[in-house]
Parts: sequence; C-alpha cells; structure tokens
Amino acid sequence: MASDGADDVRQRVDAIYRSDSRRVLATLIRLLGDFDLAEEALHDAFAAAIESWARDGVPANPRAWLVSAGRFKAIDRLRQRARFDASLVSLTEQLGDATSSMNELDEDGVEDDRLRLIFTCCHPALTPDARVALTLREVCGLTTEEIAHAFLTSAPTVAQRIVRAKGKIRDARIPYQIPSRADLPERLDAVLHVVYLVFNEGYSASTGESVVRQDLCAEAIRLGRLVVELMPEAEAMGLLGLLLLHDSRRAARNAVAGALVLLDEQDRSLWNREQIAEGVTLVERALGSRRVGPYTLQAAIAAGVGAGTEAAAKLVATGSEIATPEQMTPAGFADFIKRDLEDMRAAAKLAGLGK
Amino acid sequence: MKYLCLIYDDQSVWAKMPKGESDKMMEEYFAFTEGIKQSGHLIKGDALQPTSTATTVRVRNGKIGTTDGPFAETKEQLGGYYLIEAKDLNDAIQVAAKIPSARFGSIEVRPVVEFNQQ
Repeated sequence: MASDGADDVRQRVDAIYRSDSRRVLATLIRLLGDFDLAEEALHDAFAAAIESWARDGVPANPRAWLVSAGRFKAIDRLRQRARFDASLVSLTEQLGDATSSMNELDEDGVEDDRLRLIFTCCHPALTPDARVALTLREVCGLTTEEIAHAFLTSAPTVAQRIVRAKGKIRDARIPYQIPSRADLPERLDAVLHVVYLVFNEGYSASTGESVVRQDLCAEAIRLGRLVVELMPEAEAMGLLGLLLLHDSRRAARNAVAGALVLLDEQDRSLWNREQIAEGVTLVERALGSRRVGPYTLQAAIAAGVGAGTEAAAKLVATGSEIATPEQMTPAGFADFIKRDLEDMRAAAKLAGLGK
Repeated sequence: MKYLCLIYDDQSVWAKMPKGESDKMMEEYFAFTEGIKQSGHLIKGDALQPTSTATTVRVRNGKIGTTDGPFAETKEQLGGYYLIEAKDLNDAIQVAAKIPSARFGSIEVRPVVEFNQQ
C-alpha cells in the first residue's frame, strides 16, 4: 500500500478516533479487565497508529488494528510494572497467553462490548451521580472538564466520582457483562434513567452557558440512539422518542432571551419537524409493542399535546387505552402517571378520539 | 471472590413476631441456607444474639475500656451474616436478594479483601 501523506494520515486517525475510539475502548476493557489500563492502551494505540500508518498505510480494518495494538501496548506496560509488583505476573502471562482475539472482533462482538460498557457504567451498585459521570466519560468520551462544566460543578469533584466508581467496579468486582434476561428490565431502567438525567440536565438549564448545556441534550440523544440501536426495547424507543420530541421544541422554547416560552405561546415554525416525525414514529413503535412504560407514556403525551395532528392524537388515545397506573414502575411514578393519564384522556377527548 | 452479606433488620420486629410466624421465618432461613450450600455459595453463616447482649471494647493508652451495647445505635441492627463465595457482584447480589430478611430489612454486601493474592 502506498504510504499516505503525514497530514492525510493524521486526519484519518482523527476521524477514526471520533467515530471508533469508544468502540475500541469497550473491547479493550473486556480484554484487559481494567478501565484505566484500557484507557492508557487506547491512547498508546492511537499514538502508534499515527506513526505506523504514515509508514505502512492505513490498514484495511483500522479498528481491529487499534485493538490489537492497544492490547500489546498494555501487555508491555504490565510487564514493566510486574518487575516491581509480583502480583501482576500472572495477569501479564494470562493476557500474553490469550490467543489473538481477532476472531472476537466481528461486528456482533464489538456491539456486545459497547453494551457491556453501558451496563457496567450504569450499574445500580454505583451512585446515580457516578453513573452519569462514568457514562459520559467512558461511553460518550467527554472529558472530565466538559462533564464538570455541563453539570456546573468542579473538575476535581467529577474526577473523584469517576475514580471512586472505577475503584468500586474493580474491588467489588462488578462484572463486565450484559445482564441476564431476568435482570434486564431493572438494569435497562438504570441505563435509561442515566440517559434521562443527562437530557434533563441540559434541557432544564435556563441560565448558564447554554451552548454547553445544549451539547448535553445532543449527547443524551446520541446515547439514547445507541441504546435503541443495541437494544431495541420498547422503553428505550419511548425514551428516545421523548427526548426527540422535547428537543424539537428547544428553539421555540428558548426564542426569547432569558425566559422560557411556554407551549401555547411558542412559534411553531421554529419546531424541528424532522425530530418530531422521528419521535412520533418511535412512540408508535413503542406503543405497538404493548409493553408500555413511563417513558413511552410521557413521549405519547409530548407527541399528542404538542403536535395536535390526528396521528399524534391517536397515539394519546392508544396510550391511555392500554396503560394503567399499576403497569408503571417504579412505584413512585404511579401518581405522576395517573395525573398524566388524565391529561392524556382529556387531550384525546379534545381531539375527538377519546371514549 | 468472597463477599460478606451483613443482615440488618429491626430486631424488635423479630421479638414481637407471633410464634407461628417466626417459625416460618426460621424455616425459610434453613431452606435458604440449604439452597446456597447446594449451589456452592455458602462458606459460613451465623445468626447473632440481639444487641442487648453486645459489649463494645476499646483499648486506649493500654487500658481496656468496655461499654454495654453495640458500636452504633441504629434503627436496624446487625442480626447475622453469611460469608459466601460468588463469581462477581451480580452473583453476590442474586444470593443476597434471597436472604429472607432482605424483604423487610437490608443486606449489606461487602467484598472481602484477600491478601497474598497471586
């Protein structure tokens, strides 16, 4: 392969870093069993790529190359440390002995690694604050400073949260795995809650440096998309729909500087029609599954109340027909949902669809 | 990996329980213990006498000081424990969730430090 120009290679590496570094990290964490070691290995691998690819050309499968390079770099690091720390010897041997894991780098394997990373970062044994910080750091690739800025807190606070969470994952041995079927509903709830918290933090901000907070909404939507892509469960679709529907009105809601514009007074031409269409489609799919949860219901309300179209009003009617407050979990949601259901039935009646 | 499951519940609830009910609880405990023995999780488990029997000991300046009662007065008290061997935290959580007291008290799951790990 002809060697590319150094600038071209750097651009390619940058692009691959943006699109794939989180995937590579997720696989490295599985192979190395340690967050910090995997992060070091990730950076070593990209540093090596800049040199090696400029010389030999960009490999056919850059991601597999990076995982392999990262793994070898990590083994090198461990060997060096093992000279001073006997407890690392067996781990180093184990990693060295492991046969090349290239066959595990098929698409399914990589996607499973991303899911493992999400479920580990959102493990209910971690505090909700830690889950949010760890997910934004490891899954989304935000820096500690960016997370601190977005949550109006200090970087050392965020850093400490992340260090503690990683310490607990290591010491209490929180496994790097996709939960079993039996645990899935509870564990998926924890993941969706993190996505919801990230979005809310961005959406409810009416003051402060709004640009950063908008990024947080975009990040939550990206994360929500990833979850739906990896695990198309009804509530995951409902939540993504909810976020898109809320986000579609952001421009109209923030049209007046320093104040929130309420729904009735919003300039509807500022609504993002594409997001609304996508959100409504997701809500329809979620409602179609007949396994309706609080996020799907809230999304149905957002779709119905806002859009006022016949299709959206139908969603509200469907939602209010099949949902009972008792279906809702967690229990604390029940009252809230009951009130929302009444709103939905009223909205459906207005639209001429209710019973 | 070893985990210690510390069982915290309100001992006054046990004291007030009618005999039939406490017998049933004990049966559940025996069944649970047998179950985790079969599954290979159990290393050791014990129930503790109530905190009214507790003595707290400290040594200060070489002198032993003893006081009546537990180290900390809390609404729920340490009433027993299971030391288990589990694959990881998820496995340990599954075991802890089946301890009968988990339904009204709480189980604290603590990984055990293993020294001289190779």
